[in-house]
Amino acid sequence: MVIIKSPAPQVTTRKLTTAKAMVEGISQEMERDSSIFVMGEDVGAYGGIFSSTTGLLEKFGPSRILDTPISETAFMGLATGAAVEGMRPIVELMFVDFFGVCMDQIYNHMAKIHYESGGNVKVPVVLMTAVGGGYSDGAQHSQCLWGTFAHLPGMKVVIPSNPADAKGLMISAIRDDNPVLFMFHKGVMGLPWMAKNPRSIGPVPEEPYEVPIGKASVVRSGSDVTIVTVSLSVHHALDAAEDIAAYGIDCEVIDLRSLVPLDRAAILDSVTKTGRLLVVDEDYLSFGMSGEIAAIIAESDPRLLRAPVVRVAVPDVPIPYARSLEYAVLPTKERIVSAIKEIMG
Amino acid sequence: MEDKTRLGLYETMVLSRSFEEAILHDYHADKAPAWDIGAGLIPGEMHLSAGQEPVAAGICAHLGVNDAITATHRPHHLAIAHGVDLKTLAAEIYGRETGFGRGRGGHMHLFDPSTHFSCSGIIAEGYPPALGQAFSFKYHKSTNIAVAVTGEGAANQGAFHESLNLAALWRLPVVFVVEDNDWAISVPKNRSTAIASNADRANSYGIPGERVENNSVEGVWQAAGRAVERARSGGGPSLIEVRTVRLWGHFEGDAQAYRNDMDHLSERDPIPLYAEDLIRDGVLSPEQIDAISVDARAAVEEAIEFAKSSSIPLGSEASRYVFA
Repeated sequence: MVIIKSPAPQVTTRKLTTAKAMVEGISQEMERDSSIFVMGEDVGAYGGIFSSTTGLLEKFGPSRILDTPISETAFMGLATGAAVEGMRPIVELMFVDFFGVCMDQIYNHMAKIHYESGGNVKVPVVLMTAVGGGYSDGAQHSQCLWGTFAHLPGMKVVIPSNPADAKGLMISAIRDDNPVLFMFHKGVMGLPWMAKNPRSIGPVPEEPYEVPIGKASVVRSGSDVTIVTVSLSVHHALDAAEDIAAYGIDCEVIDLRSLVPLDRAAILDSVTKTGRLLVVDEDYLSFGMSGEIAAIIAESDPRLLRAPVVRVAVPDVPIPYARSLEYAVLPTKERIVSAIKEIMG
Repeated sequence: MEDKTRLGLYETMVLSRSFEEAILHDYHADKAPAWDIGAGLIPGEMHLSAGQEPVAAGICAHLGVNDAITATHRPHHLAIAHGVDLKTLAAEIYGRETGFGRGRGGHMHLFDPSTHFSCSGIIAEGYPPALGQAFSFKYHKSTNIAVAVTGEGAANQGAFHESLNLAALWRLPVVFVVEDNDWAISVPKNRSTAIASNADRANSYGIPGERVENNSVEGVWQAAGRAVERARSGGGPSLIEVRTVRLWGHFEGDAQAYRNDMDHLSERDPIPLYAEDLIRDGVLSPEQIDAISVDARAAVEEAIEFAKSSSIPLGSEASRYVFA
């Protein structure tokens, strides 16, 4: 046996992938609270198709880490029933695209029971699910759909873009007394088998901590254009902002981190400063996040704007398979750069 | 069976029927002359369970308030048999602030944490949450169980089959109940379901399935006794299908022109039939039968008075309770 000695970990420099940061958050909470359990398809021995549960089975055993049959309706409902009885289930829907086979349990039950009970019943479920495209998985395995869930009342919708937020938001989600949909983009997880954004590995504090749900993060300060976005597109927006800085255009980038609750104040504060709004969304264009954010400005004070709002989103088309087609519809750095140029006239 | 048990079953059925007769009266009272489903003291769809009381009484006689039950869009008999507070139940049906859901739920969406009672308006979708309640009981090593109730039409839904498989696989303490009242709104069972008995479907998931004929409250009580004991003792789930009867419409206002079984329907009313049995066996006298009805009506009247005198929720508070 070879023992490799490594230097003592330092909080400020230890780096984790988003996947590992999420798992660490779950694991630390499970150590603290025996009412937490994890279930879903391939969350046990496999460790989650997108590594969201790696190592948990070995640590907590099969009574708390449960592989389910491919029966999303049954196990989504099981999560709700267990939560009603005071447990704190974490349930994985392998791809958000699979919501169609269990949506009744999610939006008619998990999301509505607290309201229908006049606040007498709490349903503290964390529903974690993989979202997003960019790797030619086609129309049924590449969607984001956060707009769909944010549209329906009763669930919080949390969408981390980086490792440190992923851990803190996961801990907050577990401790929240509401159903929380935790949507992780495959492209920010730091998976070894998929092209990864360099920011999918980053410093993560070792102790448990919360990142408040409903608080956006200004990830780049700027004075000319406000870019409001979420998830993997945060990184595309940051890359675009760096490129366009060479043209003397100074972009502010806001990572919403959650759609429900939505940090309206952060958006208004920034647009008040810059007078220009670009929304970047990997979800579909119409009736979604980008329209909602534009409406915030329209309802508050349209005079804040010095130029019309511009939206970069997936045009209303299923996500195509061929790479040439897929990258024509996804929000890329190039599309964001041209949008910034457009908004600056 | 002990006389006391038989008396209890009868009292439960009468209380449920009395409650629904009162609801039926008030529901229709102020919807004339033009019938508007959204108008009146009790607005909205109203699914009453008259005729199906034997299922509720027979099952719930084996349950305590720490056992969970998930019911359907037709939930009143199960709620009452499980022992929910009658006043709070009435108040929710009348849409009042004192109801189970402070007027946010309505008669298809009743949640009583103190008796672990809930229901769902979506066919078969009450089964999966019952699995979770059962999972929690098993996880915490308690002997409580969950009962999941649905109708025969729901047995063709995916949720039904997924739930039977998962409960059997994980040996969850669940009793599945199918109320077979012959009708899925207007479609008879023989035109919706490929096999005659859903008990056979239970067997295909490796769990016991039993069918109770004749809407017999004592037959239900006996089958439920076996199923509940099995679940409590760690033997896992089982299923009971009861051939029952829907005496009234699918919902109030349903003209039921599609029904071909109306001629002798009242002869199938389980309450007078059971009263006859109990009188014949000397368990109750006709006077005692009358007294039970009088007592039930008094309790119902008190509950409905409470509901009617309770405050109406303020429109300005419609957004309360979306989040905890």
